[in-house]
Amino acid sequence: MKLTEKQIEVLEILENNSARIPVEDIAKMAQLSVAETETTLDKLEEMKVLVRFNSVIDWSKVDGHEGVTAMIDVKVAPKRGVGFDEVAQRIYRFKEVRSVYLMSGAYDLSVIIEGRSMNEVARFVSEKLSTLDSVLSTTTHFILKKYKHDGTIFEQNEDDKRIVVSP
Amino acid sequence: MKETKSYLSKTVEELKPSGIRRFFDLAAGMEGVISLGVGEPDFITPWSVREAAILSLEQGYTSYTANAGLMELREEIADYMQKSFGVSYSPQSEIVVTVGASQALDISLRAILDSGDEVIVVEPSFVSYVPLVTLAGGVPVQVQTLKENGFKILPEQLENAITSRTKVIILCSPNNPTGTMLSGDELNAIAKIAERYDLLVLSDEIYAELAYDDEYTSFAAIGEMKKRTILISGFSKGFAMTGWRLGFICAPEEISQAMLKIHQYAMMCAPTMAQFAALEALKTGRSDVEDMKKSYKRRRNYFVQSLNELGLTCHMPGGAFYAFPSIESTGLTSEEFAEKLLLEEKVAVVPGNIFGESGEGHVRCSYATSMELLQEAIKRISHFVKQNPKA
Repeated sequence: MKLTEKQIEVLEILENNSARIPVEDIAKMAQLSVAETETTLDKLEEMKVLVRFNSVIDWSKVDGHEGVTAMIDVKVAPKRGVGFDEVAQRIYRFKEVRSVYLMSGAYDLSVIIEGRSMNEVARFVSEKLSTLDSVLSTTTHFILKKYKHDGTIFEQNEDDKRIVVSP
Repeated sequence: MKETKSYLSKTVEELKPSGIRRFFDLAAGMEGVISLGVGEPDFITPWSVREAAILSLEQGYTSYTANAGLMELREEIADYMQKSFGVSYSPQSEIVVTVGASQALDISLRAILDSGDEVIVVEPSFVSYVPLVTLAGGVPVQVQTLKENGFKILPEQLENAITSRTKVIILCSPNNPTGTMLSGDELNAIAKIAERYDLLVLSDEIYAELAYDDEYTSFAAIGEMKKRTILISGFSKGFAMTGWRLGFICAPEEISQAMLKIHQYAMMCAPTMAQFAALEALKTGRSDVEDMKKSYKRRRNYFVQSLNELGLTCHMPGGAFYAFPSIESTGLTSEEFAEKLLLEEKVAVVPGNIFGESGEGHVRCSYATSMELLQEAIKRISHFVKQNPKA
């Protein structure tokens, strides 16, 4: 489907800034006053408990915005004193990197990359990630299809199957 | 041949069809309707439960079970009743698994009523109580509650309705359609009356899992009440399993065994795959129930406050998933309100009078609907209320 630039802009704002539900409705649901709710939200943000209001968007449906996601298993040589933290930091500061996790098992860091094309991801891995001093090896897995992301099932038929009136 | 109609039993012929059906017919052909008219969860049965049913089919469990239900399920129900409500029942002799709480109600009444026995029904009440009493040969005695009392029955009202023919009181807490939940003290007062007049209490506890503010007290857990309580429950509401049709009865042995006689002749047993699903629900489904309950509570808070802001005054329901607002500010009868709201704004609610005369002036709204739809429904109701100021 083709979306207008404005629509895409709204999606991006939602993705990065705010949830759709008005503060007034949050207030009612939580049985608080609007002022209390606002203060609570501010406080949670200040405490960095509430990190970001996020929206889950299925970009694969939007022409020209499909993008490519890859999960990269990275083996690294930890450094004395800073362990894995230093290399993890060097990796997560790249804007292409969506997530970095320290893992147990066959490799050390799991790095999730988002790029506009497979080429872009490949270039990032070969030029930026693999060339870092501590990085010993990388194995790149491209995501072919997202079924469920952050607890949200994509392409779920959520029609209400109930009859309109029942006892 | 005689006229076909003349073959019908007089009792059935005189039985009024449920008023809900008319609204179903009215709404059925319409598109874009937001339904607040449903008496069931909007959640789908938790996946682990559905998986267990699929597995039972794969493993070939497609035959009858014992009449009273799978022993493993009855044991799990006994454990659940003990842990959740503090009442002990024998899985061998005091629990019967039924085809929904509806069948449980039917066989309970048929097992205890003789022709002319009176049954006290606290209204507004679930649509089936009165007809089921009649079908079992009993005489329903409806006691009206008032919105001023939060639709709670007062002990003196109950006592005034008792005659020498009274055999049983039907209670439903949390209630369909009002959402009213009776406290431990209020149930205690009813218990004393039941004792004084030597009555049975049929306690419909199908919404027990959905008590939002206060801890739930089962009627059977009060004092000596277990011996005079027929406790009806099931998986439909709490576990989001309406379509599985699985309920159960917990009652003293003599009553359970009498019900079992009717059940074995009329039904044989509840569907086997649904019993396996229910078993899984009790074993692993409790956290899903908690999640659903949290969600209902937030929606209740949002919805009830929004109705009050629109002038449709509504008490805060303690349980179930119904709001029962007064629509008197619009000057419309509950039937008019529901019909106009459906036709003009495409929001389906159920007129309160369907649940008994004391429900007039109210409508039942189920908030077991997504927040997005509730927000939209409130917008539409708000528009409707502005268009229909009292003349």
